[in-house]
Amino acid sequence: MSMEISSLTPGVLVDTPAARVAVQPAAGRLSLRARKAALPALGAALGVSLPTRIGQRAAGGGIEAICLGPDEWTILTPADAVAGLLAAGAGVDHPHSLVDISARELTLRIQGPRAADLLTLACPRDIDTIPVGEGRRTVFDGATVVLWRDGENSFRMDIWNSFAPHLARLMGIGARELAAEPA
Amino acid sequence: MLLIHCPYCDETLPEAEFTYAGEAHVIRPPDPSALSDDDWQGFLFIRSNTRGPHYERWRHFHGCGRFFNAVRDTVSDRFLTTYPAGQPRPALETLTAASEDRK
Repeated sequence: MSMEISSLTPGVLVDTPAARVAVQPAAGRLSLRARKAALPALGAALGVSLPTRIGQRAAGGGIEAICLGPDEWTILTPADAVAGLLAAGAGVDHPHSLVDISARELTLRIQGPRAADLLTLACPRDIDTIPVGEGRRTVFDGATVVLWRDGENSFRMDIWNSFAPHLARLMGIGARELAAEPA
Repeated sequence: MLLIHCPYCDETLPEAEFTYAGEAHVIRPPDPSALSDDDWQGFLFIRSNTRGPHYERWRHFHGCGRFFNAVRDTVSDRFLTTYPAGQPRPALETLTAASEDRK
């Protein structure tokens, strides 16, 4: 069987009474690595106050930032703002790395009354321990993903392109199975 | 499944997010070419293979990505503690005392 590396295009993948899974339109993504001392200057340059606790998020000026590790952040932004942010980061006088990773991942939006149950299909972490408005990097059926919890039953999942077709299929099966369960 | 406390994320998480990375506190000799072949072989290959509390490295691979150290009892698989890489090894007496208290 042959499958394209990333055959997914933006649109709804599966829509059942249990959950709806959709591929989000392409967005700009940046990976930031820096030490704590550089944070205030980088935050001022990028226009968002960078969170310091792992899993915490911040938003401002159309961009979203999430802290993924002690020295690692991912920044989501409209695709046309990437060049401007890279230029702004280059002017910061602290050692850091700010890299465009827009082409690396795609995002699924998972929502519906049983969206949290759907994630338990392949995520060993207790989904209930992720507070609304935060996110975590975790594992979903063997692939590293970044899970953003936007609401009680509304999630976004950033997936590396090469894993995306597999996880998308899995989500489709899971959503249909949950919908088929007798009430 | 084991539950492991990541000292960087400060959360106790399922083992599936972590990878094992061998014995901890194995220090690379600063000048390897000054070593005899036997000493170099000892550094490269010889590990303590402890029965009981074992100082070992783990990596929070599907998470913050950091390596950290743990003390795990190789008989019971109980984690006595985890601590960030670079810290001195905690004394075993304090750990076993603390774990007796929990029983």
